[in-house]
Amino acid sequence: MTTSTPYRSTARDARDGFGQLLHAEWTKFRTVRGWVAGLIVGVLITAGIGIFVAAGGASQSCESVGGPASSGGGCGAGPALTLGPGGEPVTDNFYFVRQPLAGNGSITVRLTSLTSLLPPAGQAFGAAPSRPGLVPWSKAGIIITSSLSPGSAYAAMMATGGNGVRMQWNYTGDTPGLPGAVSATSPRWLRLTRDGDTITGYDSTDGTGWTVVGVVRLAGLPSTVQAGLFTASPILAPKAVNVAGVSQGGGGSTASSAVFDHLSRSGTWPARTWTDGYTEGDQAAEAQGIGEYRQVAGRITVTGQGDIAPAIPQGEPGLSEVTVAAYLIGTFVGLIAVAVVATMFMTAEYRRGLIRTTLAASPRRGRVLAAKALVVGAAAFAAGTLGAVGAVILGTGLAHSRGAQVFPEPWPTEARMIVGTGALVAVVAILTLAVAAMVRRSVAAVTIVFAAIVVPYFLSAILILPAGVADWLLRITPAAAFAVQQATPRYPQVQAYYAPVSGFYPLAPWAGFAVLCAWALAALGGARSLLRGRDA
Amino acid sequence: MSQAWHAEWTKLRTLPGTGWLLLAAVALTIAVSAAADAASTCAPAGCRADPAKLSLTGVQVGQAIVAIIAVLAISGEYSTGMIRVTLAATPRRWSVLGAKATLVGGLVLAAGTLAVLGSVLAGRLMLPGRGFTRAHGYPPLSLGDGPVLRAACGSVLYLALIALLALGIATVVRDSAVAIGLVLGLLYVFPIVSSVVGNQHWQRHLEQIGPMNAGLYVQATVALNTLPLTPWQGLAVLAAWACGALLLGALALRLRDA
Repeated sequence: MTTSTPYRSTARDARDGFGQLLHAEWTKFRTVRGWVAGLIVGVLITAGIGIFVAAGGASQSCESVGGPASSGGGCGAGPALTLGPGGEPVTDNFYFVRQPLAGNGSITVRLTSLTSLLPPAGQAFGAAPSRPGLVPWSKAGIIITSSLSPGSAYAAMMATGGNGVRMQWNYTGDTPGLPGAVSATSPRWLRLTRDGDTITGYDSTDGTGWTVVGVVRLAGLPSTVQAGLFTASPILAPKAVNVAGVSQGGGGSTASSAVFDHLSRSGTWPARTWTDGYTEGDQAAEAQGIGEYRQVAGRITVTGQGDIAPAIPQGEPGLSEVTVAAYLIGTFVGLIAVAVVATMFMTAEYRRGLIRTTLAASPRRGRVLAAKALVVGAAAFAAGTLGAVGAVILGTGLAHSRGAQVFPEPWPTEARMIVGTGALVAVVAILTLAVAAMVRRSVAAVTIVFAAIVVPYFLSAILILPAGVADWLLRITPAAAFAVQQATPRYPQVQAYYAPVSGFYPLAPWAGFAVLCAWALAALGGARSLLRGRDA
Repeated sequence: MSQAWHAEWTKLRTLPGTGWLLLAAVALTIAVSAAADAASTCAPAGCRADPAKLSLTGVQVGQAIVAIIAVLAISGEYSTGMIRVTLAATPRRWSVLGAKATLVGGLVLAAGTLAVLGSVLAGRLMLPGRGFTRAHGYPPLSLGDGPVLRAACGSVLYLALIALLALGIATVVRDSAVAIGLVLGLLYVFPIVSSVVGNQHWQRHLEQIGPMNAGLYVQATVALNTLPLTPWQGLAVLAAWACGALLLGALALRLRDA
């Protein structure tokens, strides 16, 4: 009679630590060829759609939009974008009554009136302004600018149509001063002083008691600068875009007129006479005959159009491709691919009965869920980031090689869009995994995630719901996280159509992302309690 | 063939999910349509909205449920192994797919009719209160109006064709998650991409070939001459997609092991 020793695995004993669990889940994930292939397909389609959008970039869209061709770089071979000192695209065209100022000095003026004309009601976009009204961001005041070339550094004190006195500098800087509108009975005194690189703005209601509004340093300001009076009157954005994509609600060019007196200067002003005109020679304004400088007995009237502010890409459908965000439009396909893979990563366990082995090997069910979430989240992050990098880099490169214009973004913005897209895809994968663990059915899980993320995004960013509804959808649904893809920030000092359809989300990028994370956490909590409470 | 029908009908009708999903498709379509009606206004200055299309907005969401019903009709069999019994009982595989297609199509036609009638009724009741009045050139929605009737009937057919497209795709890929992902991606990729493509020729072509864009032209009742396709041509594009998918599905079912 022979005794046989029972089989004993030669593998060393292992603790059921979280590391082993993670390793087990990672092995499951990477060894299913279809899942890895699904992620790769998601990456390729995301990047491919970015390239497609760049290849089909605007080339004939100028004539169709009928918008202000002078303001945008929407046309393939349009005028070059003006870049400000910070590298961001800017609008720098206003009516400027100027003299050179050599060295240090100051300029002081009293403003007694600022009135505006709106475009006539119900007319085509190019109509000359004729209807008296309020332009909230019409600007009139004094400005010191480093040169006359577009996009040069500046600091200005101004009264505005509806936002009180402001000190603005280098296009994006904006500090409020005295509130309230300008009138003959409540005039506004404005002063700018220059000391080397430093410019200080003051305001006053009576010309004797002055308040400092702001002190800004304009690096590299030349010794001789241009200084004087200016008036700007921005284009009114349409109030709404309706379901058919047609702008409604009286957008168009405006004109503003300001009356100054008590002009006084200190320092060296070598030219002795004032030069007036548009800084860029605005052809549209000249065609409308708007823009003049008149001086009668110390009373100076300056009338003009244009703006000195950050440029906002007006993302009318078909024109929004001027921002990098357009190349990321394929993200939602990547999301679907990742949602399918994440769903199967969970439901396949149930279909094959593997879940029983998994839970026998690691009875602490919450940790199994955590390990799965980590694995699928990491894989999805890699896929989402790769897809975004491909879409942005290849899309931008292709657009440049075609001579098309892309709204340049500072690199931190571009990095945030790419990493944010990866994080968006990763958290959606985790959310899907949790939903799949709860419902245990593939179709239900994929559809729920699709309905929670892609449908709100589609309804608000593509279908053009009324802006209020769209903003609301993108605040509370997981689709809020698409805010990480917003390219240009909202500038309060620029009136524009800030709606999801033009690429502006209601929440700040990472706040929107936090909404998605909250949903994912809630789903994980639900999945954990169900997984622990239910039989496998 | 009639036995195949009977078998498929028994399977479909005894699944509790089918009834609920059909109900959900009807309810969701009407609810989204009514919400779209409530969210729109026609300003006194005039609007270029299309009230028929507006009141049928829910079809764009209801189609997702319809796609689920169709996907489950075939992929459910693969996930449980039922397909082997089905094919043993009905060895003529095209009959199986034909029976499934006609039954799913018929059910969706019935549910779609209810959903569309409800949506049109909601539009008829709600739109006049939102400024779409006779004074603005919008008589109340009526199925007696030729283009509105075409939009309504076309929407029902649209839903049925979406079901057939989903059934075909699900037969090819077999897995339910992949199938529903593919269907939803295919439906939504064309409108989303065409919304950012600047080149108008590309945009037009995308809108002409996308199953969802093209198919929904059947809902248009105003400014028909600005559409890239006529309404019925648009529906024909969707029909071509559905036929192609079904044909591929039939070939896959025929040539592949179950």
